[in-house]
Amino acid sequence: MSSPPRLVEVRQNVLKQNDLLARSLRQRFQEAGVFVVSMVSTPGAGKTALLENTLTQLRASGLRVAALVGDLATENDARRLARSEAPVKQIVTGTICHLDADMVQQAVEDWALRDFDLLFIENVGNLVCPSSYDLGESMRLVLMSVTEGEDKPLKYPTIFNTADVAVITKMDLAEAVDFDLATARENIQSVRPGIRTIELSVKTGVGMADYFDLVKGSVQERLSI
Amino acid sequence: MHELSIAVSIVEMASQEVAKRGGGRVCALHLRLGALSGVVKEALLFSHDIACLGTPLAGSKLIIEEVPVVIYCQTCQAEHNLESIQRFACPACGEPTAEVRQGKDLEVVALEIDDAEELLT
Repeated sequence: MSSPPRLVEVRQNVLKQNDLLARSLRQRFQEAGVFVVSMVSTPGAGKTALLENTLTQLRASGLRVAALVGDLATENDARRLARSEAPVKQIVTGTICHLDADMVQQAVEDWALRDFDLLFIENVGNLVCPSSYDLGESMRLVLMSVTEGEDKPLKYPTIFNTADVAVITKMDLAEAVDFDLATARENIQSVRPGIRTIELSVKTGVGMADYFDLVKGSVQERLSI
Repeated sequence: MHELSIAVSIVEMASQEVAKRGGGRVCALHLRLGALSGVVKEALLFSHDIACLGTPLAGSKLIIEEVPVVIYCQTCQAEHNLESIQRFACPACGEPTAEVRQGKDLEVVALEIDDAEELLT
């Protein structure tokens, strides 16, 4: 006669390895004095355009910046970002729809982190999968463009909930697409009460001063700790 | 969809546990899945069968316990289950709150291991 199956307690977090790695990365970044900002959004929300502008402007203001950029197949983003003359490295993920802590660790392996004040990590365009993976960043920006509609936060509450700052991009197109800013703000606050929200347009420059104040302020806050 | 890679991690973790505990065939795996884990239950169930092929978990059943989001309300000074992850507000008093106490869970809780069946094969 066969005995019933035995029940073995495991109690292990499935993403434990990623979380541990992210924690050690966060500590390494902190010790090196580099502030790490990650960006997530759908494909086409304007992460690369914002990042290209960010790298150029921050470099001009004397900050030492670098970027990692995740992409499924091409190296186009890295080429675009290289125009800023900041060190940029592409992480081609193949079929994988998100970055994880291990990919970040491997990518920064041959970089002297002490040479940077700020490191940007542009995730693969996706609002679902990246929400599960801590990358060791200090600040996570979630971007949504006005052309995507006001209800993006309600459709993807998890990623908005894990973010530290929400950025609404392409504000220059808001009128053309009848974008309802008040509703968008309300939806963002509904899924992540108290989150700082910035509305901007890389093209016209509107809102960019607020954005740079936030980034620079966060770096200074970190350095003074 | 990242559920397949999550499923592979789960199977790897479970396979290691089985080996550590004297082997056997896993007939069921119990998992806690939070509403804020970023993982979709149906996609994970679908991926599980594929991830199990050729492992000690082949043919095993994935039993998912769905874990609701629990928030803490400063006004009520109490924890509450959140009714919808589209609205982070206290269900009792309506106060918005970002303080999440539970719901990000993605945890392998237990395995059911059948020793007899391994002896037969």
